[in-house]
Amino acid sequence: MSNIPETGRTPRVRIRLVIIQVLVFSLFLTLGGRLWYLQVRNGDEYADEANGNHVQRVVDPAVRGSILDARGVPLADNQTRLVVSASRTELMKMKDDGDAVLTRLAGVLGMTPKEVGNKVRLCDDETPQPCWNGSPYQPIPITDEATPRQALQIRERAEDFPGITAEPTAVRRYAAPGGARTSQVLGYLSPVTDEEIKAAENTSSPFLRSDQVGRSGLERTYDKYLRGKAGVTSYEVDKLGRVMGKTQADAGTPGSNVVTSIDARVQSVAEYELNQAMKTARQQTDKITGRKYEADSGAVVVLESKTGRVVSMASQPDYDPNAWVGGISGKDYARLTTKKSNYPLLNRATQGQAPPGSIFKVISASAAVRAGHPFDGTYNCSSSYSLGNRSFKNFESKGYGPISLGRALEVSCNTVFYALGHKEWKADGGNKPKNPDDWFYRTAKEFGLGKETGIDLPNEVSGRIPDRQWKQDFWEANKDAWCKQGKKDGDYAERIAFENCREGNRLKAGDSVNYAIGQGDILVTPIQMATVYAAISNGGTLYDPSVGKAIISPDGKQVEEIKPESHGKLPVDDKTIANLNKALEGVATRGTAAWRFGGWPHDKIPMHAKTGTAQVYGKQTTGWLATYTDDYTIVMTISQGGTGSGSAGPAVRNIYNAIYGLDAEGNQDPKTALLPKPQSELPKIEPDGSIDAPEIKPYEPQQEEPPAPEQELAAALAGPAPWRRD
Amino acid sequence: MAGGFSVSGYGPERGSWSKLFARDSVTRRLDWPLLLAAIALSLIGSALVYSATRNRTELVGDDPYSYLFKHVLNVGIGLALMIGTIWLGHRTLRTAVPILYGVSVFLVLLVLTPLGATINGAHAWINVGGLSLQPSEFVKVTIILGMAMLLAARVDAGDRDHPDHRTVVQALGLAAVPILITMLMPDLGSVMVMALIVLGVLLASGASNRWVFGLLGTGAAGAVAVWQLGLLDDYQIARFAAFANPALDPAGVGYNTNQARIAIGSGGLTGAGLGNGSQTTGQFVPEQQTDFIFTVAGEELGFIGAGLILFLLGVVLWRACRIARETTELYGTIVAAGIIAWFAFQSFENVGMTLGIMPVAGLPLPFVSYGGTSMFAVWIAIGLLQSIRVQRPMSA
Repeated sequence: MSNIPETGRTPRVRIRLVIIQVLVFSLFLTLGGRLWYLQVRNGDEYADEANGNHVQRVVDPAVRGSILDARGVPLADNQTRLVVSASRTELMKMKDDGDAVLTRLAGVLGMTPKEVGNKVRLCDDETPQPCWNGSPYQPIPITDEATPRQALQIRERAEDFPGITAEPTAVRRYAAPGGARTSQVLGYLSPVTDEEIKAAENTSSPFLRSDQVGRSGLERTYDKYLRGKAGVTSYEVDKLGRVMGKTQADAGTPGSNVVTSIDARVQSVAEYELNQAMKTARQQTDKITGRKYEADSGAVVVLESKTGRVVSMASQPDYDPNAWVGGISGKDYARLTTKKSNYPLLNRATQGQAPPGSIFKVISASAAVRAGHPFDGTYNCSSSYSLGNRSFKNFESKGYGPISLGRALEVSCNTVFYALGHKEWKADGGNKPKNPDDWFYRTAKEFGLGKETGIDLPNEVSGRIPDRQWKQDFWEANKDAWCKQGKKDGDYAERIAFENCREGNRLKAGDSVNYAIGQGDILVTPIQMATVYAAISNGGTLYDPSVGKAIISPDGKQVEEIKPESHGKLPVDDKTIANLNKALEGVATRGTAAWRFGGWPHDKIPMHAKTGTAQVYGKQTTGWLATYTDDYTIVMTISQGGTGSGSAGPAVRNIYNAIYGLDAEGNQDPKTALLPKPQSELPKIEPDGSIDAPEIKPYEPQQEEPPAPEQELAAALAGPAPWRRD
Repeated sequence: MAGGFSVSGYGPERGSWSKLFARDSVTRRLDWPLLLAAIALSLIGSALVYSATRNRTELVGDDPYSYLFKHVLNVGIGLALMIGTIWLGHRTLRTAVPILYGVSVFLVLLVLTPLGATINGAHAWINVGGLSLQPSEFVKVTIILGMAMLLAARVDAGDRDHPDHRTVVQALGLAAVPILITMLMPDLGSVMVMALIVLGVLLASGASNRWVFGLLGTGAAGAVAVWQLGLLDDYQIARFAAFANPALDPAGVGYNTNQARIAIGSGGLTGAGLGNGSQTTGQFVPEQQTDFIFTVAGEELGFIGAGLILFLLGVVLWRACRIARETTELYGTIVAAGIIAWFAFQSFENVGMTLGIMPVAGLPLPFVSYGGTSMFAVWIAIGLLQSIRVQRPMSA
């Protein structure tokens, strides 16, 4: 190896060659070092940048699951509409950024070029709506209401409409089968917000910008089941945005179907009858105010008594849920959210609260029994009850003399409960309470009042039990205002404020007396009272009312049943429950509700009822009617509609008639019966996603015939005089 | 070594195929590491050129292999030119230098005529019957040969230890003519390479330090003057600005360097795999088959692959340095040193610009980049190196 020959070169040249060699290799070391720095040390950073460069995601939204009634009739499903969309990437490749194409398209769709242009522009800080706030790589919908003719024009002249597609796309539809809108129960969808996208970013079900989210009702509660998972295809694109290939295709899964316990037929009856009852009430004159009844809102709940499942739930005023589909218009939104419309978005069955009036007396009676007053004891039903200088009157100042608690419920005697309430208040120490038992308050709470029932609908309100703690809290929150307003010798309001300022934190005798008949500061929701009456009927179990019955996968293969759950037992023994049952049967046969159940086949279908009329300061009375048979509990309330039996009686009876197939005389025709027994089977969903749903016919109300004189007589004989009161 | 041969003969005279394989034959005496490294670079280059061009339909039309095919053909022609050069021998070429020099200068001049063509802002090409040539690539060879001939003549004759001033002036004058023409094109990248060649040649020739430092000073002053006098085109200024501030206008002048760095950086240690680089398939890096070919290696072959290219270039230069050191004639030493300066600077500039440590200049990566003229020139250079090694006197 050492055969390097002698060279004639000078040392200078040799040194210079070494210098050259050193320089060359230091250059290469520099390159190597820099290469290592970029690739190995900072490689990840650049890999991210490269990803951002070339991957674009295209979202194929998942078809939202349907909401079905108990027999599979779709209450909310999807409708195929012709959606015309524009691909922004395609348009931007054109010399005029697609202006010519969009102008032609506007012509076909009957829109102005500006309208179309606004739809495809991208939202940014300076661009007001309308604009597109989704991914620019996503086809941008221009209209979802294209006619087949328009779609054909676009498709047949594809060369005139590059980048424009007209395709059938699934759009939410609330079909209102048989007229059952089920508005507030179903809820509605609206586009996902930036905050929600951010919040769900790192969860297992992240939102996509194109997502619609359930905002209320079942759409919200079961959103994660209904929504499914969108398919996301990541495309590799080149510098010009041309698609070079798929990197990753994440097939979406369509949303699951939610089967509810709602029966669309009963629902449509309930909606119709509620509306009808309110219309009727508005034609009647309130004797107290001398005005026609306002009947401004109302609700009806039909529960399966033995499971707490909701067979129907209607709330008035209602609205057409389809108003939300495809983005709600400003006009519609204003209409749904203003005072003038009286907030139709509210579900009065779960979000409306009022004092229960006399339907509370089942709780008072239970409380009295718990406090040691025997159910069958004798209590004086005087025409009025005096408390200090105040006199609490019975309805129409009528007295019944000594009666049992059961009879007191039948005739809805106030004075019996006034006296019991007062007695217990005194037993608890009166104005100087000492280890109070508070039986009346405790029992109400143990009946589930004052807190949510746990129904699977969002934003349920809790109602209110005005116990000592509440009095104290309420006083602390309001005393400043009261003390400012109150005058000792002022007008009525000022005197009340003065009194409240001084001792509003104390539970006074008058509070307890009033409370014993469900008046005053107590507030309940229809769903709470339905739960209570269902519990009385089923032997004492307080079920969490539920609308959702099962979640079924789109192919029908996976069925996840939602089992009824309870939030406790009634705090009374079986004997008391039996007594209550008997008394409530008496209400329907000879008590305050008897006049509304004339001709009812009590022997075949035992009817139980309790009427109530709540007084709300400054308003007309709110009527309540709580009823149940062996299988169903129906509670209806109409705000400012007069007495419970008066306003709600015919409606509730008509709902029962439809369920059991009864005519006005009480003859049963099993063929017309909609649901004589609760639906226990789940509807079948075929592997192809189709649902075996029966046809639905709209509800045809029975012809109202004026009651025959004999019947009226019979009804009158059945009970003590026509008790057109509660 | 066995006696008998004192000096290996001139190829054409001794040329018989049987001798090629004989002990002490030309094939045996070739510098195989040099040759194999150059071939390996060309093969890697072929793969990279294919990867970079198969999607670029605006370049390759319907045939994704067209660039690969042309590149391989260029390598083949290059190899043939190398063999021809070895066959002729650098000493024979020494006698032909005036002609070669004249022809190359003539070709460079043609660029300034209507035959010249502008590609990527550099007016450095001539189109002859559909064939594009970049004469400045050949000029690099003829400058080396021409200067070596002048500078070594008296030293190799044994008259002097080092070239005298007069000879140096002549040699510089010889280099200056094509450099000035190239500057007029303007093809600044080639001018820089030629300037570095002149520096390398002067260093190796043993010319006095004054010349070396003088040249360095002139180069620096010239650069300042060019900048100050506004002789640079806008695109050249922009390139320097983008180099000085990589964040500047990433969609505009900084686009190339930015995308190049993303491509290389994203390759990581092992790369995305040949044909799988998203930056490459997405054509985010312009001129990726030519000047930015190193980014393909960086992205798809990773640090390992890109490092291998640097290593192979290093092998070529190491062998070239050895050849420069081992030959006894100054002529051979100067030629080798010129080639070293050329390859080293051109590689450093090319790779350095993709790595963001050098400003962008339109120079191909030797052996790897697509481009016929450049490929031919570097293989002729390999031929010269081999010839210097083959024809060096063997020790007795």
